[in-house]
This record gives sequence, structure tokens and C-alpha cells, in this order.
Amino acid sequence: MSLKELDTGVQNTWCPGCGNFGILTAMKQAILQLGIPRERIVGVSGIGCHGKITDYIKVNGLHAIHGRVLPAATGVKLANHGLTVIGYAGDGDAFNIGLGHFAHAARRNVPIAYIVHDNMIYGLTTGQTSPTSRQGFKTKTTPRGAFEVPINPLTQALAAGASFVARGFAGEPKHLVELFKQAITHRGFAMVDVLQPCVTFNKVNTYEFYRQRVYRLEDGGHDAGDFEAAYRKALEWGERIPIGVFFREERPTYLEGFPALRDGPLAGRELKPDISGLVDEFR
Amino acid sequence: MDYSHERREAPYIDYLSLEGVLLKEMICVGLRDDTVSILIGGEAGQGITRSGSLLGTALMRGGLSVFGTNEYPSLIRGGHNYYLLRASGREVYSQDSHVELVVALNKETSLIHQGELIPGGGIILDEELQFTKGELGRDDVKLYTVPLTTMAKELGGPEIVRNTIALGSVLALVGFDHTILKDVISETFKGRQELIEMNRKAVDMGYNYCRERYEGFSCHLEDGEGAPRRMMPTGDDAVALGAVQAGCKFYAAYPMTPASPILDYMAAHDAETGMAVIQTESEIAAINMVVGAGYAGLRAMTATSGGGFSLMTEALGFAAMTETPVVVNIGQRPGPSTGLATNTAQGDLLFAIHASQGEFPRIVVAPGDVEECFYITMEAFNLAERFQVPVIVLTDKYLAESHRSVEPFDPQRIPIDRGRLTVVDEWRGEEYGRYRITGDCVSPRLLPGTLNAVVQGNSNEHDELGYSTSSPGPVVAMMDKRLGKRRFIENEVASLEPVRAVGYEDAEVTLFGWGSTKGPAREALKLLSEAGVKAKFVQIVYLEPFPSEDVRRELARGGTNILFEGNATAQLGELIRLHTGYRFDHVGLRYDGRPFNPSDIRDRVMEALGR
Repeated sequence: MSLKELDTGVQNTWCPGCGNFGILTAMKQAILQLGIPRERIVGVSGIGCHGKITDYIKVNGLHAIHGRVLPAATGVKLANHGLTVIGYAGDGDAFNIGLGHFAHAARRNVPIAYIVHDNMIYGLTTGQTSPTSRQGFKTKTTPRGAFEVPINPLTQALAAGASFVARGFAGEPKHLVELFKQAITHRGFAMVDVLQPCVTFNKVNTYEFYRQRVYRLEDGGHDAGDFEAAYRKALEWGERIPIGVFFREERPTYLEGFPALRDGPLAGRELKPDISGLVDEFR
Repeated sequence: MDYSHERREAPYIDYLSLEGVLLKEMICVGLRDDTVSILIGGEAGQGITRSGSLLGTALMRGGLSVFGTNEYPSLIRGGHNYYLLRASGREVYSQDSHVELVVALNKETSLIHQGELIPGGGIILDEELQFTKGELGRDDVKLYTVPLTTMAKELGGPEIVRNTIALGSVLALVGFDHTILKDVISETFKGRQELIEMNRKAVDMGYNYCRERYEGFSCHLEDGEGAPRRMMPTGDDAVALGAVQAGCKFYAAYPMTPASPILDYMAAHDAETGMAVIQTESEIAAINMVVGAGYAGLRAMTATSGGGFSLMTEALGFAAMTETPVVVNIGQRPGPSTGLATNTAQGDLLFAIHASQGEFPRIVVAPGDVEECFYITMEAFNLAERFQVPVIVLTDKYLAESHRSVEPFDPQRIPIDRGRLTVVDEWRGEEYGRYRITGDCVSPRLLPGTLNAVVQGNSNEHDELGYSTSSPGPVVAMMDKRLGKRRFIENEVASLEPVRAVGYEDAEVTLFGWGSTKGPAREALKLLSEAGVKAKFVQIVYLEPFPSEDVRRELARGGTNILFEGNATAQLGELIRLHTGYRFDHVGLRYDGRPFNPSDIRDRVMEALGR
């Protein structure tokens, strides 16, 4: 398979220079490098600019409704755990309307790679505040600047029990490819928060803004097995912004809690139901 | 509308069963009719429903037809709680407003329910309750005091053993064999020998105590074999069993009365049924998981009540837009909002039919009894997959939580039909498109994971391949494709007896209703017959698409038509008016959270007839 074969031919409608392109290219590269056959992958996306990604990568897709990427993806994974399930969500999708599901997917440790396209703004609705917008950030709906303390995707993920927590930058595609590959192959719930410049509506968190600040955790000898260190690193935001794998642990995945999944994926099996053994309790 | 397929001229009328299939001769002295009703009341947490279903099972094993329903407040301890059991040698379909015996596990029960006792009826109560006959407003009922607490102490058992002693007393007073109850206890508590011994002794103590002291109703059952291994599930049990037998492999739900027992059942049996069962973080999560699992190729289902369904409405449209088969069971209870959390209602009919934005085909079906809960749930999975649409199965608290003795379900009656789902390793042929336009508007469905196929589900409007589009041409083509299914669904539904009738063919009055009204209405037919009125009950089972032709025909048969519904605004009446132009002159509505009683229906009919 080549990069071109992963192209759907659907016309791309992201703004020129959009951070989503970096994520799209990195994901295609990751899929190619991992050598996963296209039919074994399901991408599940939400609503917003990011959501179009399922139109642009030629693998199976489920373009879900706003905020519900994780439950839909959980349903797909439990139905057929032989498939690689990749969830895509925007910051609004993931941390506003879908925040409730996020904590549960993390604590369940459902084997899903969850890519958050985090541009700190509502793009498709033309520029409203997002749960990751920095305090003081002016948007159409925060004319005096955002008041709320922003959601920190990394501490949220750590607190909820995510077993793989990473942050990437759309402007560093090679690094992002590596993060995506690790997230996809991780046994359990893997979140990658991707710093994604919105060239049209976010004039603060630009490529230049991030280029001046990001540094790679792996360069500083961070131990991803150390939860407390991960949490401290996750709080770092300002002159220096860490990217890379913050935390990783091996623990049983959600699949192991289902007796029904022990003999392999449920999807595709012939149905041979039989209630004869179940009716005695009603007699 | 194509109704051109072979139509039958009302052969579905079940004339025979009106007079009642006699299971066993029951001769009773002192009863008002050929049934016996026993009400067990007390506080929540006193094991009322459990005791009621044990007694019901014993009576069923003895060969009787049994109906049992409960009423309880939304709390775990305290508050008034009762289980009402009605049994007969003929088929019984519901409770009625009168009872022969009240088992009062607390004083309150006697005071609340004394008005329901027939003259000559009695109250079994604990000697310790310090209750005098003078406190009752009735002097035509008997007080059967039994030292329940003392006996329970003698047995060294917990307080709940009082219930078993009381059950023994009931059997003595109605004159039934108590050994069957002892057998039921042995089976129910299998493996817990101490518990079995204690409860068997408790039955004997209660039985002997009353046998020696009191004269009850002296019912005599003809000796002979018991009923042929009948079962006594609730509507919820039957929905769960129907889903299992339909091959449902994914069940996700959030607890909500009255649907929680389905989740409990599925979770308890997941290993045997090979089903993935999840208690989700919300109803929103539940239905979105179900859509995900359906997309990936499983038969998947969720169940909730109106409040939970409100949360599901957006994803109902997601299922419709992605043409993913899903089955949603709504166990209705009174609203709006939290309403009466543990009572019954039929107030969500129009909501179920109209829920979610936009226009799309769906199927809404309302089983009326335990058997229909089983078979219709099985049908629902077939319809969902054949037409790739959401199917809503509407029940209510009364149906969902009431027990009825029924013949064993026939698992072969409704064979599994997965429609256009194709399970192959590799797709061959033209480029696969999840939403290919076909003659019957249903596209071939492949599992994601099939070689040479990209399976693209999309909540955005999309083209045949599943990619988003907003071009007018493809938009209209997709809308027409989805909505075009309706014609084929209507045809299919027409073959599933969407309208069912029971009663006299030459009825002078026809009762119309849906869902759980069926049980009380069937009983009312008998009462009306006794009052000299030939009546018929027409049950509308499939409500969307609406079987207009069948309903119109039933409306036009002549005589008086009267509508009965468990809501305040006659929602079925609205539907009938919408689809046929007919307005009912007579309506019986109940919206106090309780089911209809057969005698209420009879009275309303007599009022409408001016008699």
C-alpha cells in the first residue's frame, strides 16, 4: 500500500495551512509504517473540522455525532476486537460535549487510539471559545477573553486512568507519526492530544507560537512509567511546552471483562441462539 | 401505499379464547367469580414481590393460570408496596379491582386495601400488629391473625420468613395444596439446604395454623396433572429472552425503571448467551455504543424509559442516517420529567414516533402481553436488519414488571433473517458502497473488516460510497432512498398482524387500544359478556408505519367504538385521526400511573352505551 492508495479522492475542504493536514499525513504514514491492512482499520470521527478526516483516509469509517466518538468506537471495538479502532475528536468534541465519555473510556481501558485535534477554538462554527482555550483568549463568544480555567487534556486523561497519554504537535509530523504508531499499537486506551494550529480563527496558538515552545520529553529523560512525573509534566505550559509520551502502563484491557469475547470477535459469527437452558428459572 | 398482497378478512379474531381456555376445573365456595385474588402488602424491602412470585409459581404449577402485578414507590426501604396475584382455572389476563385475601405484613396494608376486599374476604395479619377489627371500616370481612413473628423466631429465621409463613396460611385459606409451594421453595433456593428447610417448615406452620383454626374459601382443584410446564416471566423477562433468541450479541443500557431488569438479566447471563453487556455512563453512551456495534455487524439493543429515550433521540437519528439496525425498548412510565418513577403510563407513543430531527423511516411496535414481548422483540431484530432502520419496542411498567403464566415460548416460530448482511472474507464486484441505491432501497451490508471493501458509515448526508456530500442531486437521492423503504416496510408490517382482535365477531361495541391495555381489555370482554354486551377488543400492535387500512376496516364495522389508553391526551386517538380521519366519540383514559382494571373498562363501556 502507498500513501496514494490511502487517499479517498474526496475534495479536501480544510483551510490551506490547517493543522489538520499534519495530522492527516502523519496518520496515513503511521498506518503505512505499521502495515495494517486497510480493511482492518475503522476510523471513528466526531463533528467539527477534524471530523472530515474519515472522508480523507481510505479505511473503514464511522462519522459519528458530536461528542459521541468514544461510545460509538467502543461499540465497534467490542463488536469486532480484531479491528484497529482509531477515534478522532476535536477539542470541543472531546472536552465539552464528550467529556463524560472520555473519563469512562479511559477507566475502562478500551483499546482505542483517541486522537484529539486540539486547536483551542471552534473552527467549523467560525470562531467560538473551546474548553481548551487559554484564559483571556478573545473569541466571538468571549469578547472580554475566556474566563474559565482551560481543561488540561493530559491531566484529565491521567486522572481518569488512561493507560497511554501523549501530546504531539501538528507542525512536527515525523514525531507525530511515532506517537500515532505507539498509540495504535498500545494495548488499551491511548490518547494523543495534538496541538493543532487553526490558521483562520486562532491567531495566538500559531505554528510559530508552538515552534518557539515545544520540546520533546524523550530528550529530557522523562520516565513514562512514572505517574507522578507524568502529572508534573502535564502541568507544564508556558515558555516551554512538552510533547511526547507522558505516561504509559500495561494493564488489562476492557475486552478481558467480557466472557463473550474469549473465543474471538463476535462480528461475523453465525447466530445460533438457544434459550432452552434459560427458561427454567421462570418455571 | 401498496396493500396489494393477499389480505385476510379478519381471521385473526380469536373468538375461542373469549370464554376462556379452561386449564383446570376450580370450584370455589365464597368467591365472587371463578378467580381468586391475593394481595400481599408491606413495606419496600420486605420481599413482597419475591413472595408474590413464589406463590404465583406454586399456583401455576398446580395448574392454574396466574397473573401477578406489583406496585411500589421509588425507594428501597419503607413506603407502601404490594404484589397482587390473580389465579384461576381459566386463563387470566390481568388483575381486577377486587381481592379475596389480603396478606398484611404491616398495619398500613390492611387500612389501604380493605376497600378492595369482597364481602366475606379476609385479611391475614401478624398477631403482633395489635390490630382490632374496629379499626377497619368493614364488618363483612374476616381477620385471620397468625403469629407470624413468633413463628419466625421459633424457626430461628430472619424477619422475612414471616412472608413464607403467610404464604402457607394463604394456601390453607384458599384450600390449595401446599406441597407444591414447598417444592418451588426447594428449587428456588437450590443448594442452600438450611434456607430450604427453614422455609419449608415455615410453609407447614402457616398452613397448619390456619387449617386448624379458620374456615376460608375452600377452593377445590380437580386432581390431576399440573399445567404442562408453563412459565411465568414478566414482560421484561420476555423481552430479554426474545433478544437472546434473536441472536442479540450486544446490550448496552443505563439503569432506569422499568427497564433495569432487562439489563440485570443480560448481565447475569452474559457468559451463557455470549453477549457483550455493558452498563454505560448514560443513555447517550448506550445507544451510541449500540450504533457502533450495529455498524460493525452485531445485533444490538438498548432499553430505557422515556427519560432515557429523551437522551437517546439524537443518536436515534444517527442510526437512521447511517442505516444501522438498532432495537430500542422503551418501558414507559408517567412523565413529564421524572414523573412517577415506578408507575405505568402509555404517554410516549407520539414521542417515539416523532423523536429526533429530520425525516427518516422507523418502526414502532407495542406488544400487549408477555408472549408478544418475546415474539415481537424477535421480529424487531429481523425488521431492523432487513430494512436497516431503528426499531422501537414500546412497553410500559405494567407490562414490563407484571408476571403471567404462559405456554413455553416457541424459539423456532420466528426464524432469524439478517436481510442484506453478507459475511464474506473478500468483496468481489464493483466498488463497494455502503449506501448503494437498490430497487428496494436497502443496500448490501458488509462487515468492516471485509477485504476489498471500505465500509463507510456517515452521520452527514453522504453519497453511495458513504462520503459526505451536500450536492443537491445526491442529497435528494439519499433522502428518497431512505424514505423509499417505507413502502416496503408497510408491506412487511401488513403481514405481521399489525392489528389484532379478540371477542365477538358480531360485537355491538368495539374497544380500541394498544400495548398493555390488552390484558385488562380481554378481561373486560368477559365482564361485558356477563352484562349482556357483546364486545370486541382491537389491538393496534404496529403503530409506525400505521396500519391505516386495517384500522379503518375495524372502525367501520358498525356498533359503538370506544378508545382506551393509559395517557391523558388519547395519543392513539390522535394517530387514528391523522391516518383515517376518524374521531372517537367515546374515550376511556387513565393517567394516574395505574393500569386499567377490567371492571373500570366495563363501567366506562356501559356508560358509553347508556346502560
